[in-house]
Amino acid sequence: MKQSRKKALLGYMFICPWLLGFLFFWLGPLGFSSYISFTRWTVYGQATFTGFSNYIKIFTDDPLFLQALKVTSLYVSGSIPLILMVSLLVAVLLNEKIKGLSFFRTVYYLPTVMTGISVALLWMWIFNPEFGIMNSLLEICFNLKGPKWLASTTWALPALIIMSLWGIGSPMLIFLAGLQGIPDRLYEAAEIDGATRWSKFRNITVPMISPIILFNLIMGIISAFQVFTQAYIMTAGGPHYATLFYVLYLYKNGFQWFKMGYAAALALILFVVILVAALIILRSSRGWVYYESKLGGV
Amino acid sequence: MKRELTWWSKKRSKELTWKIFVYILLGGGSIIFLIPLFWMFSTALKEETQVFAYPPQWIPSPAVWENFPRALTSVPFIIFYKNSFVISASCILGAILTAPLVAYGFARLRFPGRGLLFLILLSSMMLPYHVTLIPLFIIYRYLGWIDTFKPLIIPFFFGGAPFFIFLLRQYYMTIPLELDDAARIDGCSEFGIYSRIMLPLSKPVLMVVVIFTFMWNWNDFLGPLIYLRGIEKMTVALGLNFFQSTRYGTKMTLLMAASFTAIIPCMLLFFFGQKYFLRGITLTGSKG
Repeated sequence: MKQSRKKALLGYMFICPWLLGFLFFWLGPLGFSSYISFTRWTVYGQATFTGFSNYIKIFTDDPLFLQALKVTSLYVSGSIPLILMVSLLVAVLLNEKIKGLSFFRTVYYLPTVMTGISVALLWMWIFNPEFGIMNSLLEICFNLKGPKWLASTTWALPALIIMSLWGIGSPMLIFLAGLQGIPDRLYEAAEIDGATRWSKFRNITVPMISPIILFNLIMGIISAFQVFTQAYIMTAGGPHYATLFYVLYLYKNGFQWFKMGYAAALALILFVVILVAALIILRSSRGWVYYESKLGGV
Repeated sequence: MKRELTWWSKKRSKELTWKIFVYILLGGGSIIFLIPLFWMFSTALKEETQVFAYPPQWIPSPAVWENFPRALTSVPFIIFYKNSFVISASCILGAILTAPLVAYGFARLRFPGRGLLFLILLSSMMLPYHVTLIPLFIIYRYLGWIDTFKPLIIPFFFGGAPFFIFLLRQYYMTIPLELDDAARIDGCSEFGIYSRIMLPLSKPVLMVVVIFTFMWNWNDFLGPLIYLRGIEKMTVALGLNFFQSTRYGTKMTLLMAASFTAIIPCMLLFFFGQKYFLRGITLTGSKG
């Protein structure tokens, strides 16, 4: 008895750095945040309790909140399917037995290493309507007059979506690991039956990696909801709020307009939105994700 | 016999066409992926007037290497680099000291609530970092931590990141228990097993922790933007933003030179630590 209590104590001692961190940097602030969201709190002034007024204002009288939600959802629904498709395609190609694999893998992964402001500055320059490489290439290759990209209300968001495709590295590698785990015998069996490449992909590859598609989908959505640097640097939310991403709006409220209470309410709503989105996807996944172990193997 | 041979050669030639197709797709994709980087580097080497040439010049002649020193000395980039390295190194230290400790606790020790706590740890991986932005800012301001590195560094001394703990715990689970038992019979304490056996064994995974911590901190923009104020405290990411607003920063050549320099540490780290990198990423996906 005494021995096992001692052991338990030891266990808590080992995990205490994380446990304390979780309490101080997550749970505590989360609780504090709920309190702040019910107040009016300009950083340098006093907090006044205002009940639900922040939430009421957000949901009934804040067109920018709706705009931020719309922009972020458009971005998520535009970039995530594209990222998943392209990264799966590249992973399938990289899973072929060809020479120079490590070179290709490096090339496709490299941009992922360099996220952040340097990349934002680079793409600003690429999308420059007059001297940027994007419009020059469009003109040289297709004889098209390119749009004004980041300065256009229609094209600013698509520009950011195109840019997001440069960062397919992580989902691609995760897909690749999954593809390498598919047993060869499945393909061999299909080949004997005379299956085409496409039908093998459709009927073996996709079901076998569906849990990984789900994983990449959820991780991608979580990170896409948190886009900030690109929007802050490249467009500052403009033109005409066309790229007012949710976290940018949150930042503006908290740190430019010093509406801490309001920003805290926005953050909690973001939390709920992400949670609900993840849950809906998890629920729906029962219909399309195939778990080998649960069904007793092939 | 003859029929079989034609079938075989048909299959071979089909295989070959497919391979060529794969090469063309991968090669074309690689070019598209490398163009932005090449464009960045080429702009960084141009004269200001060459930037506005049409059609665009891919290889600048003459190459103006002086753009690099000019960009880096027009604002105190040396200080920004030093700050970024100090912050990254401190975070790495924090993560390395605490993440394996916690992971060992979860992998090897039995205590009530372990399963639940580990589940909480896993779900906290999905918590968006912005949810606690406002309360943490208020707390740090109350503590007087604004315009210091503390808000960026100290959280890493509490287990690094949930992701690291998860990664290390998965790794420890694969190490046979017999190893611990043997050490225990020899009179080794629990902490001794951890520090003398498990920790040295987990070097490759610790490399993953080092690399990821460095990347995150090097590229982080929102954190420094909120917590750091003075120029002498700025990180490279903030410094680039600051540089952009100066007289020099409006020159595309200098801006690209500065940006290119800022990605070099990450690139180097990636090239030298590639195998650790891949391991970290694939571990997350396949065992999530």
